[in-house]
Amino acid sequence: MTKQLLHLRVNGEDHTVAAEPHHTLLEVLREELGLTGTKHGCELGECGACTVLIDGLPVLSCLTLPIEIGDAEVTTVEGLATGPDLHPLQTAFAEEGAAQCGYCTPGMLMSAKALLDRNAAPSLAEMAQAISGNLCRCTGYTAIYEAIERAAAKVRA
Amino acid sequence: MSEFSVVGKRLPKVNVWGHLTGTARYADDVSLPRMLYGRLLRSTQAHARIRRIDVSRALAHPGVVAVCTGADMPEKMGIMPSTQDETALAVGKVRYVGEPVAAVAAVDEDTAYDALALIDVEYEPLEPILTIEEALTREDVRIHEDSGRAANVFKEVHLEFGDVAGGFAQADHIEDGWYFFEGSTHAPLETHASVASYDGDGKLTLWTSTQVPHYLHRELEKVLGIARSRIRVIATPNGGAFGGKSDPFAHEFAACWLAMRTKRPVKFTLDREEVFYAHRGRHPVLMRLRTGVTKDGELTAAHLQSYLDGGAYASYGIATTYYTGALMTVTYRLPAYKFDGVRVYTNKPPCGPKRGHGTTQPRYAFECQLDKIAARLGLDPVAYRQRILQPPNSRTVNGLRITSMGLGQCLDEVQRATRFSERHGQLPRGNETERGSGSAGPSESTSPERSRAEGRVIRRGIGVAGSAYISGAGLPIYWNEMPHSGASVKIDRGGGVTVYCGTAEIGQGSDNVLAVVAAEQFGVLPEDVHVVTGDTSLAPVDLGSYSSRVTFMAGNAVREAAGRLRALIVDAAARQLGAPVDRIALAHRRVCDLADPSKALTFAEAAVLAESRNGTLVSVGSYRPPKDIGGDYKGAGVGPTPAYSYQAAVAEVSVDLETGVVTVDRITSAHDCGRALNPPSVEGQIEGAAYMGYGEAVAEEQVFRGGLHKKPSLLEYKLPTSLDTPDLRAIVVETIDPEGPFGAKEAGEGPLNPVIPAIANAVYDAIGVRFDETPITPAKVLDALRKNKARVGPDGLGSERDPKAAMRRLRATTDRRETKRGVGGGRSPLPTP
Repeated sequence: MTKQLLHLRVNGEDHTVAAEPHHTLLEVLREELGLTGTKHGCELGECGACTVLIDGLPVLSCLTLPIEIGDAEVTTVEGLATGPDLHPLQTAFAEEGAAQCGYCTPGMLMSAKALLDRNAAPSLAEMAQAISGNLCRCTGYTAIYEAIERAAAKVRA
Repeated sequence: MSEFSVVGKRLPKVNVWGHLTGTARYADDVSLPRMLYGRLLRSTQAHARIRRIDVSRALAHPGVVAVCTGADMPEKMGIMPSTQDETALAVGKVRYVGEPVAAVAAVDEDTAYDALALIDVEYEPLEPILTIEEALTREDVRIHEDSGRAANVFKEVHLEFGDVAGGFAQADHIEDGWYFFEGSTHAPLETHASVASYDGDGKLTLWTSTQVPHYLHRELEKVLGIARSRIRVIATPNGGAFGGKSDPFAHEFAACWLAMRTKRPVKFTLDREEVFYAHRGRHPVLMRLRTGVTKDGELTAAHLQSYLDGGAYASYGIATTYYTGALMTVTYRLPAYKFDGVRVYTNKPPCGPKRGHGTTQPRYAFECQLDKIAARLGLDPVAYRQRILQPPNSRTVNGLRITSMGLGQCLDEVQRATRFSERHGQLPRGNETERGSGSAGPSESTSPERSRAEGRVIRRGIGVAGSAYISGAGLPIYWNEMPHSGASVKIDRGGGVTVYCGTAEIGQGSDNVLAVVAAEQFGVLPEDVHVVTGDTSLAPVDLGSYSSRVTFMAGNAVREAAGRLRALIVDAAARQLGAPVDRIALAHRRVCDLADPSKALTFAEAAVLAESRNGTLVSVGSYRPPKDIGGDYKGAGVGPTPAYSYQAAVAEVSVDLETGVVTVDRITSAHDCGRALNPPSVEGQIEGAAYMGYGEAVAEEQVFRGGLHKKPSLLEYKLPTSLDTPDLRAIVVETIDPEGPFGAKEAGEGPLNPVIPAIANAVYDAIGVRFDETPITPAKVLDALRKNKARVGPDGLGSERDPKAAMRRLRATTDRRETKRGVGGGRSPLPTP
């Protein structure tokens, strides 16, 4: 296979990268762009660790080919903060102890951001539904709900 | 007001920010110039001789740089020095499907994958041994020909304490039953990964996802044949481990060997399926437990027989075998106790330590059996347990030293939070609900299944269980008199504190524990502390993140190291402020005179004064457990710990009679952690352990068809999602341990143990069926209901209905062998690890 030039818009920056056309968005983000914040846990769409936002919607980057997404805006965990200001979800996850090993965290944050962007006052059931595609092996999800609620309150304020 | 400035405060973990911004560097995030990519070729056979391996076609493939096989690293290795039966890659024989056979390094991952198909392996298939029963009885099929034991027995243990016969003779009733605990795997979200680099100076560096950098360091020296002084192991932050990254693994050796051969960095990252083969997870254990009780419920004697299905290699199996017996005595008064344990080899991925290591399975049997005894005697299960508690500051019949003991408080707390005793045996039947009448507060259903179940026939139940765990193993894995944990602390001229310790951060929060301990000593904030861990070159040795040892042992080492510098700072400040040293306090980044707090220095100023008086501010501390905390017999090395943690859990379940689905509505867990150094971390461990126990109770199973794993993916192997997971309530109980750092004990493992029997006991309360085996699946529940079964569980050892005869036969063969080797009856020169 030979590499082809790809154009990607990631975290507000335009990139031209040479990548194998069969490589997934996850591989291109991690290996070509050095954005290793997005994690791989299974590469089969089972765990949610690789969740990124494409035009604001959560998708599994391990099941997405860059060529499919055209000039859509990709947001990864590295693009969650605004300049030096962390996103309320990031501070809330720290304050509530919602990240233990941290490996599901980038994907979890992206799913949670997608939820808060459309619903700033989610119920417990809505939060559970929103992160149901993101497996966490450490927390039992409790602290994650608490963190999303705390961040939601900050977003609403 | 708290006597502490940092301990007990709800502060963010010092190392959490990298996880939240994407900058944390896990092993797979390490990339080096000219790096090659490695892949492992794994066995397709459960049990076979390797007749021939031909790597020439793979080597000739464009882009392949090097290939290695077992012949390149034939040295025996394994985590326990006394039972090393593995090689880095298979030599001569394969013993499970998925066993690593060869390794390839290529210019990219795709090429490495392609090359695997070009390695020709000729196997001579052998009959696989797949069950405990086959392993015990098939003398004709030997998984390890040179094991020196009967059939496929890996380890056999027989221990007896107190007057067991007398105890059973005194009993008014003997509860006798068989139990089976299914195996399960850790499934950390991060798959194992390693990057090795061999530099021009002949030094090897390995970045790897491991819980035990020090033990791995030793094994790398042994297998690679280069001096440990030329090897540096860096344990990268682990994306979860739970015991699954505490053995030395094939990919770690292969990365090093290929890096040394090619003089280029080599990375291996396992894929998800491979993690199911790397395994080292929970042993399936078949148990028979007999417990004698008086008519008041007082325990008179217990006899546990455990049969462990170990898989193909030793791993920690010798310790696991002892652990199935050792901690049965530390929760409730037991005057006489007998334990027989057997671990066998089978042709499946090796089992090892998973959260609760070897204690989870017998705890399940014991707590289910206590529920039966309470029911038989008409006693409330909480009050009954309260009445038979092992007292604090005591010795168990098997010689274990108990200090702080908070099981009673844990039972009180879960009772109070759930009103257990009012509700046990009383919960509404049929489709009545009791929503809103539950414990602490209103709970919103998080599960669509629950709402769908409205209108169906739902039976509700509530169950309780207690348990205990260790705060670190009392002995190291290899015999030595050195500290279990060492730390050094440095203060720079700006008041910055750096802690160096060989611990491995696996997500449990160990880096933060070290920062909190140092910050408390110096009166600074944890965020002022840099923590350098997991690096065998930079940090003093710590034995690793296993057996829940870090808070207690590394915490004490850091406390000692920081305490030494604190004394110098106090002395320098006292001189400067003109106050006696006992009036000097350190808090809020200041050092002040307690009699006149306006007389104060900043911590940085005080540190400069101390450095000016005493020279460079670097100190060391170390921790070794006390000597007299266990018994004096062969096998006494497993079980002792400087402090036991205790826990109790109440589970509330709804059983759908139509579908057989057991929904766990809520788990309330109380855990005696001594003292919570960082409460959110302790609560997180309690909740996470409850989550993991819940998964094992109702769904997770590492099971095989023929020699093939039945569910080697996260679609098939069911990890609970957010929609499955019960409402989890964590309660922290503090008993202030006399020897723990600021009174702290472990929190990472113990809280898993009571959850599974609490769920089984709740299912009994709901539908009147005893589940004496895990997992409690819908199929088993429906089958039991349809056939009107009173219990689901094993009746004996497979076809061997007379386990005594099986054990007698086994003992006879072992005795003969040990007599021949001249070790029978004598004390082993080495403590049992």
